[in-house]
Amino acid sequence: MIGALSRNLLKGDKRADRVVPPSGFTANLTLFVSGAMAFLAVFALALSLASGRVADRWASELARSATLRINAPAEQRAAQTEAALRVLRQTPGVAEARALTLEEQAALLAPWFGPDLPVDALPVPQLIEIIEDEPGYDPSGLRLRLSAEVPGAVLDDHGRWRRPLVDAANALRRLALISVLLIGGATAAMITLAAKASLAANAQVIEVLRLIGARDSFIAGAFVRRFTLRTLLGACAGTLFGMTAVLLLPGASEAGGFLTGIGFQGIGWVLPLLIPVTGAAVAFAATWVAARRKLKELS
Amino acid sequence: MIFRYCLQAKNVFFLGEQVFLIGPGAGIETCHMLRQEGRQGDRGRVLIELENVSYSYGGGQLLSDVSMQLAPGSFHFLTGPSGSGKTTLLKLCYGALAPTTGRLSVFGEDMGRLDRDQMAMMRRRIGVVHQDCRFLDHLTLAENVALPLLVSGRDPKGEEENLKELMQWVGLGPRAEAHPPELSGGERQRAALARAVILSPDIVLADEPTGNVDWDMSQRLLRLLGELNRMGKTVLVATHDLSLIRAAKSQVQARVLRISQRKLQLAGADL
Repeated sequence: MIGALSRNLLKGDKRADRVVPPSGFTANLTLFVSGAMAFLAVFALALSLASGRVADRWASELARSATLRINAPAEQRAAQTEAALRVLRQTPGVAEARALTLEEQAALLAPWFGPDLPVDALPVPQLIEIIEDEPGYDPSGLRLRLSAEVPGAVLDDHGRWRRPLVDAANALRRLALISVLLIGGATAAMITLAAKASLAANAQVIEVLRLIGARDSFIAGAFVRRFTLRTLLGACAGTLFGMTAVLLLPGASEAGGFLTGIGFQGIGWVLPLLIPVTGAAVAFAATWVAARRKLKELS
Repeated sequence: MIFRYCLQAKNVFFLGEQVFLIGPGAGIETCHMLRQEGRQGDRGRVLIELENVSYSYGGGQLLSDVSMQLAPGSFHFLTGPSGSGKTTLLKLCYGALAPTTGRLSVFGEDMGRLDRDQMAMMRRRIGVVHQDCRFLDHLTLAENVALPLLVSGRDPKGEEENLKELMQWVGLGPRAEAHPPELSGGERQRAALARAVILSPDIVLADEPTGNVDWDMSQRLLRLLGELNRMGKTVLVATHDLSLIRAAKSQVQARVLRISQRKLQLAGADL
């Protein structure tokens, strides 16, 4: 029956559609609501994609790396660095350990102290960059060993401050996805209400059609076609507006950080185009279920 | 050409050119011949059969132990006082209601076993003239009459000629573009009859078709029903109007069923 309905839907049938009286104003309401829902869905989708990108970037850039800071008097610094590097090379799970050069440390400090900082004249701790292996090292074991052999070493696992950020971005993505689902659900509920109202208003028509030998698929089809096409039309308009609005947002930039990254990138632009199709599918299913239930009440 | 409607479902007989429109007094012999043929084709087959059917609603029993057979080509009147269950009995016959107990078969099939699509198919073979006509008010009369064609998947465009002739047969040719609320009671009843026969059903059920019309108009409707019966249609007319039944005696060979005290009885020859 669903197959026959979808075929009918694609074919369209002006005469069969005339059987259900035109509904005027309420038709525009369905159009408006499906358009508004599609518009919101575009934003929720953009937010979800953007926060997903941020979470992935933070996770991958900072993952598998840690820093060892060596706070030692100037005369011991080289020896402790050597010792720490030796320990690190022996630690299973550490892929690479490398002491940062003076120039690199100066570059790291430059944003705070300016480019003319005489790093070598200051008691700046030595930094060692650690790249983890798969499946990673055991941080507490490493700390224990370092405290015995390199008293001035402090292991700074990036995960400690990275995790909450990645978690936040992931939570944002989840929220956005839930919003997309809620929008879909709300659309289904709205179409169901509209379809039920229309079915109730046309109870007489349905009864007459049934009495003169109309099959359920014919009657349901007249309603399903109407609501599916209306939702499709409204959602197309809403999606178009939504995509235009997203396009007009300022582009992603380093300075803006996360906020300017909201939008679609590359293949991501295809996703919002699925909104009208999904909306139409939701309307199709909602109307079909409502019509089916209504028809069951009749013999 | 009206015969084309009436006969094609029975995969009989004279389609197209050999069959001519029957007006008052015309083509009776052809009709008679067709009727004989129709009966032979259906010999031994009962179209609608009720066996010990009872129907109860919330408040109590309306029909009890009703048995009835409608043979092909028969003409029955169903009479009884108001509220005696005439409409209910008709509704049972076209599946709008299901019997509480007993067995009801239509075209040899147990009605209780039909699924929803089969029920729709069955209704295409039974033309019903409802008491309140049941039109879709936003469609024109011609569209309403052609509605069964549309719902059964036939293209009403391809049958425009036939539709026109059918409208003329019931005397509504000039009113084709009117909307149902603009029609008089008699016009509505005739249009309902046209809609009932457009799919060329085997059976025509009419529920008080003359309820809201004057005597002349009820005679006219009766003539139309008689013509259908002469073409081989099985006709069952529910009416409380005994004078209509008396008037029909001269036109058709009709049997009279009477509902009395929840039972169905075959009424005597004279009323």
